[in-house]
Amino acid sequence: MEQYINLFIRAIFIENLALSFFLGMCTFLAVSKKVKTAFGLGVAVIVVLGISVPVNNLVYHNILAPGALDWAGFPDADLSFLRFLTFIGVIAALVQILEMALDKYVPALYNALGIFLPLITVNCAIFGGVSFMVERDYNFGESVVYGIGSGVGWCLAIVALAAVREKLKYADVPDGLRGLGATFMSVGLIGLGFMSFSGVSL
Amino acid sequence: MASAKEMKSVLFGPIFANNPIALQILGVCSALAVTSKMTNTLVMCIALTAVVAASNFFISIIRNHIPSSVRIIVQMTIIASLVIVVDQVLRAYAYEISRELSVFVGLIITNCIVMGRAEAYAMKSTPFMSLLDGIGNGLGYSIVLLVVGFIRELFGSGSLFDVQIMPLVSEGGWYEPVGLLLMPPSAFFIIGGFIWVLRTFRPEQVEPKE
Repeated sequence: MEQYINLFIRAIFIENLALSFFLGMCTFLAVSKKVKTAFGLGVAVIVVLGISVPVNNLVYHNILAPGALDWAGFPDADLSFLRFLTFIGVIAALVQILEMALDKYVPALYNALGIFLPLITVNCAIFGGVSFMVERDYNFGESVVYGIGSGVGWCLAIVALAAVREKLKYADVPDGLRGLGATFMSVGLIGLGFMSFSGVSL
Repeated sequence: MASAKEMKSVLFGPIFANNPIALQILGVCSALAVTSKMTNTLVMCIALTAVVAASNFFISIIRNHIPSSVRIIVQMTIIASLVIVVDQVLRAYAYEISRELSVFVGLIITNCIVMGRAEAYAMKSTPFMSLLDGIGNGLGYSIVLLVVGFIRELFGSGSLFDVQIMPLVSEGGWYEPVGLLLMPPSAFFIIGGFIWVLRTFRPEQVEPKE
């Protein structure tokens, strides 16, 4: 149990996908003008990461990993070189299914998250989360915790940035720095804040 | 066939006038994390430029045969296959670097520049022009990354391409390294500064007041 809590905290604060690995930056910068939309996107990322990391974990360990096809009678097969293609396919399919399911059963949620879901297919944060899961060799339980934890971390970061940007509108920024430049600087400062968590160990 | 002038603007436009990172906020995603050393940065830039150029070229060749409803999937598959090739080549010939780049080579797939150029340019231009556009955008991306990598490695650890330029205090030299530059947030400050400098020289890129 302790190990899961440790992993969860690490995924949110210390190894924050957005602030220490720069993942999902395109959407991070483009959709952080208002706290409300940023929060919607953040929740969508949590949901998609929470589902796709464990699912890809199963796919990887049962089909792609070296020797994983033992159950099908191919003990020597090593399909791990196909993993990028497979993960992208799985993520795209999951997002599509999620979108249709939400539309059918929870229309209210669909209206809130719907526009963000297609954006998320090509969000590096999702793909990055999945790749880290493979590289660090998480088991199924850990991958569930890691998926949700890293999603929460990303959501926290984008909401924080959106809140800063809403206030930054009133600031008198030098011409060349207005907009994108100032946003980059704010992300850096938020990142510095998050770095102070790196000493925390459970 | 396009004129030489047009070819030049397609190839060199993205470097300063229409830089994908500084102006369109595309593709900053993954690659910043690899800029703490010049060697890794350079490999990443070459890998990305190769992928953008090749994906633009191939997608443009088959652009008239892709039904528009499934075009994203088709583009994704082409890009992912190219990235697999790049990844395998790196593993075979530059194993150490490929270990350090870890997941970031795979993340080229989701790099918005690649998808963005395929969608915005390659789907409606001839193969040769798309190839040029891909190379141009790859270079525009590389220049930002190389500048960031240069500053981070030179001032963060006093070296360039792993060759010690400024001897460190800890090794009996005179240079006290700036530890902040080795940490991730510094890349944001440097890019912010880069955009500031770029827009000072090109005032037409300044964003209007809200």
